[in-house]
Amino acid sequence: MADFGQIGFTEEQIDMLGAAERFCREKSPMDKVRKLMESELGYNADVWTEIGALGWLGIAIPEEYGGVGLSLTEVVPVAEQMGRRMMHSPFAATTLAAQAILIGGTEAQKADILPKIAQGAAATLALSETNGDWNLENIKAEAMPDEKGYRLSDTKTFVADLEAAQWVITTVQLTGTIALAVIPKAAIPETAIRREVIIDETKRSYELNLDNVLIGEAELMSADKTEIALGHIHLAANLLSAAELTGSCQSCIDYTVEYLGTRKQFGKRIGAFQALKHPTVDAFVDYQKARSLLYTAAFNFGKQGEGEIAVRMAKAKAEETLSFAADRSIQFHGGFGFTYECDAQLYRRRAIFLASQYGDARYHKQKLADLLLKA
Amino acid sequence: MTADLKEFEKDALGWFAENTPGPQDFMLPLTFMEVGTDQQFEFLRDWQRKVYEAGYLGAAWPKDYGGGGLTQAHQDAATKAMRANNAPIMFNTIGLGWAGPLILDRGTEAHKKKYIKGILNAEDVWCQGFSEPENGSDLGNAQLRAVRDGDDYVLNGSKIWTTHGHYAKYMILLARTDFDAPNKYAGLSFFLSPMRVPGIETHKIKKLTGEHGFTQTFFTDARIPADGLIGDEGAGWQVAMQTLMYERNAKGGQAGGYSITEVDPLEILNLARKAERGGKPVLEDPVIRERLVDFMIEAQAIRQNAARAKLPPLNQDCPQALPLMSKLVMTEYMREINEFALSLQGTKSGYYVGEPNAVDDGYWHRGYLNAFSATIGGGTSQIQRNIIGEHALGLPKTR
Repeated sequence: MADFGQIGFTEEQIDMLGAAERFCREKSPMDKVRKLMESELGYNADVWTEIGALGWLGIAIPEEYGGVGLSLTEVVPVAEQMGRRMMHSPFAATTLAAQAILIGGTEAQKADILPKIAQGAAATLALSETNGDWNLENIKAEAMPDEKGYRLSDTKTFVADLEAAQWVITTVQLTGTIALAVIPKAAIPETAIRREVIIDETKRSYELNLDNVLIGEAELMSADKTEIALGHIHLAANLLSAAELTGSCQSCIDYTVEYLGTRKQFGKRIGAFQALKHPTVDAFVDYQKARSLLYTAAFNFGKQGEGEIAVRMAKAKAEETLSFAADRSIQFHGGFGFTYECDAQLYRRRAIFLASQYGDARYHKQKLADLLLKA
Repeated sequence: MTADLKEFEKDALGWFAENTPGPQDFMLPLTFMEVGTDQQFEFLRDWQRKVYEAGYLGAAWPKDYGGGGLTQAHQDAATKAMRANNAPIMFNTIGLGWAGPLILDRGTEAHKKKYIKGILNAEDVWCQGFSEPENGSDLGNAQLRAVRDGDDYVLNGSKIWTTHGHYAKYMILLARTDFDAPNKYAGLSFFLSPMRVPGIETHKIKKLTGEHGFTQTFFTDARIPADGLIGDEGAGWQVAMQTLMYERNAKGGQAGGYSITEVDPLEILNLARKAERGGKPVLEDPVIRERLVDFMIEAQAIRQNAARAKLPPLNQDCPQALPLMSKLVMTEYMREINEFALSLQGTKSGYYVGEPNAVDDGYWHRGYLNAFSATIGGGTSQIQRNIIGEHALGLPKTR
């Protein structure tokens, strides 16, 4: 068989797995998750400060910019454990924004922003537009040269955790090509921001109206790095969402198994019925596959060829697996499964939301087909 | 990797590159359960002996009994070299994979001296007597009667789906020694039984493929020596469970090699290139492309599951899960990919083995129908799901 990447791990990754498992379990029990869903911000500011203090935002930032000097391989267990405990924070958005700056930023932007992120400052990406396309180059937003710099126009959607961010990395059409720019949050008026209603209520997402936002030359990122940066962001985002989906899958199955082991009907615990047991096992078996594919993607991330294949496989499998596990979880909880109170809906909604960002399973399989199925 | 192991691996790769037989003018069995003709049997027996004599089978088994006395890493390297050269299967699977490790773990010194070498050099073919006509998935209800009489046990009853039954010299046998035990499991005992004694007869069964491949085995006042008992009388269920752990690859200690030729998704790519729909290669059909990618993802997941099972930091939250599910996952994958391969052939999917116009001489048709031997044998996929549910997830017992 062709080499789609071999699984492996680093010592630091295993250390992170242990640390993140403990942290997320302690900080994010389900009753707190439910409380935060109702809050405006969507996350616990104290926990977010702690995440910054632990240095987790700098895991994949090089030491010369104040980071830990590891890679996304070691970020994966953190994202996985956060997913498992449904812990939301601007962690993923900020990690991805840092990656964008690292790959596509100017030296001045790296030197200025990355150390601040490594210290705990939040940032985000504003790449999607109202056309709903996953192709990050299909955009209308524009930067028009102006006497003071550039005047931006049009609207960005699905900007994660924009309220918390100090910088927003966005894409614009600039004299016929696509450019990346870092907008300081201060340049965005409060009225340009609208919280979107999204299906995953543990998360926060915003629409950003760029009309009349002004940026200077210094805010433009390296023109020659745009394409490679966008490719990197796409794969990094899918790696982290594969991790989050896989983590959520573990707790979704645990949640279902708990119910199947306690709820009684016809004088028996319902998990004894094969009509419920076998699909639950199928979800678990798929979860184990998803986890193997996730760690393979983590270990091969950045490698030419295998890296992209491994990430797309991991995201596709993780999304399909959580969708199935959560769909069956709703069904197997019976009448209770139809209620808002049952957590099964949280997992189902999460799978839909993460599928909607950076490509669903079918999209990644089409990309894989183009990579793997040569006529 | 030590220098010695590196050299061993290099030698193994070289040996298999040189000695792996090319295509034959008859179809080679893809799995050990498919050996249907004497020609296939002789070929695979010769091949296994040759591999053993070269030192690439049983490399990690003790030297005293005929093994190579090396480490598991050596055998793994040899098995890898077999795969790399797409070598034929090691067909004496029940001996190599199940009975052998059991004997090495629980047998007496005399058992080990008597049986191990013959398993490795394929002199002694082994079969398994577990399922009965009335007791298949409910293995614990086995009724074949074994009554102690002096130094013998006297057997009466029948076993079924006996792979290699008519070639086998020995059988691992689950029989009932106590009909008054407090529960059905406690009445069972486990034997290493000879096959060529008066009172044991095998009758060939025709498979769904139309070929012969296994037997029903009848026992009529057959006397077997009592020293073939493994474990105590009445402890047979637990020994049978250990054997099934070997069978399902959930426990190590096997002699090496493989008993099933895995289908690589890249092989069916060629089918998709050749087949046409509306004048265009079926490979251009987006639905077919998605399915092909699904199989590639599945094949990669199976491989990386196997690799992850050997990396404790990546499986420690549920270490038994990966070994427990490997049989289910692999056998269902094989069934589905063979079925998909058929579907790619257009009108030609209607042909069958023996038809000169059939694609690859009906290889995929036979492969699909034979794939059920693995999704049913060794505990059906449905039983596997019960086991995973109860043992890995802690779900309530179905029975």
